[in-house]
Amino acid sequence: MPTLKTGARLKSAVCDGEIMVVAAPSDDVNLTCGGEPMIDAASGESGGGDIHPDHAVGIAMGKRYINEAETLEVLCVKAGDGGLAVDGALLLQKDTKKLPKTD
Amino acid sequence: MNVMMLLEMANSAFPDRIAFTNGASGETLSYSQLFSRVGERARKIRASDSNRFVKLDVSSLSTPLSLFASGWAGIPYVPLNYRLTDEEIMRLIERVKPATLVTSDDRIDSFQNLEGLEVLDSSDLLAHSGEDESLENDWGMDPEEIAVLLFTSGTTGEPKAAMLRHKHLVSYILGSVEFASADEKEASLVCVPPYHIAGIAAILSSVYSGRHVVQLPNFSAEEWISLVRKHQVTNAMVVPTMLKRIVECLEETGATNAEMPHLASLAYGGGKMPLPVIEKAMCLFPDTDFSNAYGLTETSSTISVLGPDDHREAVASSDELFRRRLVSVGRALPGVEIQIRDEEGEEVASNTRGEIYVRGEQVSGEYEGRGSVVDSDGWFPTRDAGSLDEDGFLFLEGRADDVIIRGGENLSPGEIEDVLMTHEAVNDVAVIGIADEQWGESVAAVIVLKSNFQVSEEDLQSFVRERMRSSRVPEKIEFWQDLPYNETGKLLRRVVREKLG
Repeated sequence: MPTLKTGARLKSAVCDGEIMVVAAPSDDVNLTCGGEPMIDAASGESGGGDIHPDHAVGIAMGKRYINEAETLEVLCVKAGDGGLAVDGALLLQKDTKKLPKTD
Repeated sequence: MNVMMLLEMANSAFPDRIAFTNGASGETLSYSQLFSRVGERARKIRASDSNRFVKLDVSSLSTPLSLFASGWAGIPYVPLNYRLTDEEIMRLIERVKPATLVTSDDRIDSFQNLEGLEVLDSSDLLAHSGEDESLENDWGMDPEEIAVLLFTSGTTGEPKAAMLRHKHLVSYILGSVEFASADEKEASLVCVPPYHIAGIAAILSSVYSGRHVVQLPNFSAEEWISLVRKHQVTNAMVVPTMLKRIVECLEETGATNAEMPHLASLAYGGGKMPLPVIEKAMCLFPDTDFSNAYGLTETSSTISVLGPDDHREAVASSDELFRRRLVSVGRALPGVEIQIRDEEGEEVASNTRGEIYVRGEQVSGEYEGRGSVVDSDGWFPTRDAGSLDEDGFLFLEGRADDVIIRGGENLSPGEIEDVLMTHEAVNDVAVIGIADEQWGESVAAVIVLKSNFQVSEEDLQSFVRERMRSSRVPEKIEFWQDLPYNETGKLLRRVVREKLG
C-alpha cells in the first residue's frame, strides 16, 4: 500500500484507464482500478488480469473522482472500463461548478 | 503533473479539431498536428544544451508549440516582451542562458553568435519532418518542475522572473475549466501578448476545453472586429484600453449594435475598466455575456471574476450597493481565498481599503533568485490595494504604492479618478501624488479632454469639491493629449509622475 504523490500518474492493471493524483492524504492509500492495485505509469510494468465485476463502472477522461472523506482526488487522463476504489469503496465523481470563461 | 497532459488529453479526445489559427496568416494546426510537432521539437530541445526555451516574437502557431514543447522537454518556457530594446532583451537573455532563442527573422541577426545561445527562426519551428515516429508520452510528472518563467514589468530596477511551476498552472486549469466543455463551433479570439500571463492561460484553458483559438498578433480594433466576424468568434478577452478602442471604432461607424451575434462571451481584465466604457459596450453587445477577471502573473492568471449575471444585476439595479459592483472584479474563484489587510498585516473590515492578499494552489509568489514572498500560511501579498464589500466583491484601488498620503490622510487615486471620469468633458484621467511642502503630498490630476470639449481647472476642482471631501480636490490639474499606458492597458503612473515633475 503505497503513499500517493500529488501529480503522480498511475495506470490501471486491468483496463486502459489512467489517472493523475490531484490531492492525496499523507498516509498510505490502497487505490485500485477495476479491483486491482494501480501501477506507476512510468514503471513500465504492464499488469494483467480481468476487471472485477463489482468494479466495472468505468472512468471518463477529464472527470475528477474523490473518496467519501474528500481526502483523495484524482483526474482521469485516459478513459477505461474499470472503476476506481479505495479499500474496496468506489470513488465518487466530483461535480464541477460552471464558471464564466475569462481566458 | 505537467501542462503537456492537458494537450495529450485534447489530442486523444478530438485529434482532428482545429486547435489554433493564426488570424494574420490564416495558417492552422489541429490538435494532432500540434501534438506531433510538439513531440518532435521536445526531442530536439533535449538533444540541445539549452536549459531554457526563450520566445521573442508576436503570437503565432509557434507560441503554443513552444509552451508545450518546453514542458515536454522538461525546461522552462520563457516568453519575452518583444517591445523591449535589444539591449534590455540581452540583459534578460544573460540571465537565462544556456538557452534556445526563437525569434522573428528581422531580429535574428541581433542575437547571433552569442555564447550559450542557439537562435532559431520562428517560422522554422513549424516545419515538420513528417516522420511520425511513435511519440512516447515521456514528459516528467514532477509537479515542482518550472513550466514558465515570466519577467514581470517591475517599476523599479531589473525585472523579476516569476516562476510558475507545473502544479500552479495545472491547478489553475483544473480548478477553472471543465475538460472538453467547448463544442466544435466555439472559437476564442486571443489578442493579449504571448508574454503576458493571460496569453499563457488562454492557450492552456482553450486546449483543455477544446476551444479553437484564433490569434490576433498585433491588436487593432478594426482587425479585432473583422476577425470576430470572419471566424464567428464566440469568446474573447480584451484589456480595458482595447475595449475602449473597439467601442470607439464601432461608434465612429454610427453603429448602435456591434452585430456580432456569435460572440457569446467577452471577458476583460488587466487594468481598471472605466464605467462609461463598460456601459457603452453592454449596449453595443446586448446579447454578449460580460465577465471581468482579475489576476496576476504570480497567481497563474485569474483569481476573481465578476460574471455575466453580476453585470446584469448591477446594471438593472437602482441600489448603489449593486450598481457600483459593475466596477468591481467580482468574487474569488473556487479554491482561491482573498483577504484585505492593513499595514500591520491585520485583516480589515469589509469596505475598508488595504492590501490584497491571496492564497490557493495556483498561487506561486516565487521569483528566480529571490525566493518566495508567500508567508508560512500560504498568503501572497499582491501589492495591489483594494477592498471587499459585505458579499465578498473585490474592488481594486490601484497599487498599494500609489496611495497618496496627504497630511497623514490616505487618499486613493482611483476614487478621485472615478469622480473626474463622470464629468462630461473628461475622456481619460490620471491622479497621482506630488511632493508638497505643507502636506507631504498633494493631489494632482492629468486630464485628457474629449474632442470638442473645454473645461477650466477651477470648474473641475469645484466638480470634485461638490462630490468628495476637500482633501481630495486636485491642487494641480494639467491637460494632456493622451496618457501613457503599457500594452496591456495599465496606466504608467511612474511616467505620469516623471512628466509632471
